[in-house]
Amino acid sequence: MDAADPRRRIARRALAELQPGDVVNLGVGIPTLVADLLRPEQGVYLQSENGILGVGPSPPPGEEDPDLINASKQPVTVLPGASFFDSAASFAMIRGGHIHVALLGALQVDEQGNLANWLVPGRPILGVGGAMDLAFGARRVVALTTHTNDGKPKLVRTLTLPLTAPHCVDTVITELAVFRFWQGRMLLCELAEDTTLEEVRRLTEARFEVEPEPGAAPLTPGWTRP
Amino acid sequence: MAGDSASVPKLRSAAEAAALIQSGWTLMVGGFGLSGCPLTVLRALEACDVGGLTVISNNLGEPGRGLGRLLLQGKIRKAIGSFFTSNPDVGRAYLAGELEVELLPQGTMSEAIRAGGAGIPAFYTPTAAGTKLAEGKETREFDGRLCVLERALHADAALIRAARADALGNLVYRGSQRNFNPMMATAADLVIAEVDEIVPPGELPPEAIVTPHLFVDVLVLSDPGSGSDGRG
Repeated sequence: MDAADPRRRIARRALAELQPGDVVNLGVGIPTLVADLLRPEQGVYLQSENGILGVGPSPPPGEEDPDLINASKQPVTVLPGASFFDSAASFAMIRGGHIHVALLGALQVDEQGNLANWLVPGRPILGVGGAMDLAFGARRVVALTTHTNDGKPKLVRTLTLPLTAPHCVDTVITELAVFRFWQGRMLLCELAEDTTLEEVRRLTEARFEVEPEPGAAPLTPGWTRP
Repeated sequence: MAGDSASVPKLRSAAEAAALIQSGWTLMVGGFGLSGCPLTVLRALEACDVGGLTVISNNLGEPGRGLGRLLLQGKIRKAIGSFFTSNPDVGRAYLAGELEVELLPQGTMSEAIRAGGAGIPAFYTPTAAGTKLAEGKETREFDGRLCVLERALHADAALIRAARADALGNLVYRGSQRNFNPMMATAADLVIAEVDEIVPPGELPPEAIVTPHLFVDVLVLSDPGSGSDGRG
């Protein structure tokens, strides 16, 4: 398992959340790592809010096209069957509930599934991008985040950072654990093999219950049920 | 087509087009980053004696590129958009009190432009309800969901970018350069479209035309030297 690279480990675990046929939007941060891990045979369609459905992997060096970029402004390729459209059509997909899964970065998630991922206090309010549209509009929001920031828990009782969208998070994946929100409860469903329940409790401020999902999907290598 | 003004009545030089823009105007400027940004027209606008502009654009270019150059010239008074953090000059101008910023969620911004072009004065959306970006805005519940009233956007001029035009001003786009450009073409009194090539009418398949010519007032040919291929 990617012990030395928690971000890559999170991205690998996030792959298991995606089903064939899913239309998926990748937010900035850890989610962008997922694009290069996806294989075409997984049958997942990546949507980029600047107007692409069917985003492919990064181009080889020297083959970048300034008019083929993703929402993080990185050069991309497109797969057979891809389409281009304007921002209004793109956000009709996002706000109209047509995106199956949004994988989003997070600054904080609280025990009610509230998400903060757009603004650090004390800085001027100068950027939101599509973060709120995705958090409000996607059918399912999976938050990908390191478990702590400088040793401080990012999974908290109540947000102290500005809200992106209320009660929007379905699943949180960190390098240590997978949590799901279900009927107002926060459930710990999976643990990484190199951690313990005690360590996760110590590094998590949010109150959660331990409940391996009934009928859960097969585990990804490196992950175990608590 | 050589693109002379006799066969293409809407064709102007970049300088002629930029000279149509007046101080104090509200401008829509297409582009996501520099992709789909009309860099040739913006370069020509640098040479014009205008100021006090309000710019509606997703970003304000990048440091020293695109709209970022007009910002450094002090021509822009206010920016309305969704993501300005990628150009540190915006933060500096904002903190110095030289630039007013109005931040909108990107989907709200694109919908506000679409609405402005379609004669819809305002609309409700759940996006941003309960957040800082909805402070001071009217809210109303629909089907149990709190929604924010957002005003449509309209501009004096839109500066847009496309790949090809025909002599009438019909436009087609390339790759991800399309982004906000087609909506901006509908939502301004004067629409200036920068393109790489102008072809005779009939050469663009009708099914492929994204922006019909009635939305376009002025055509400008892009100058590769202006970095209008996105590399500048």
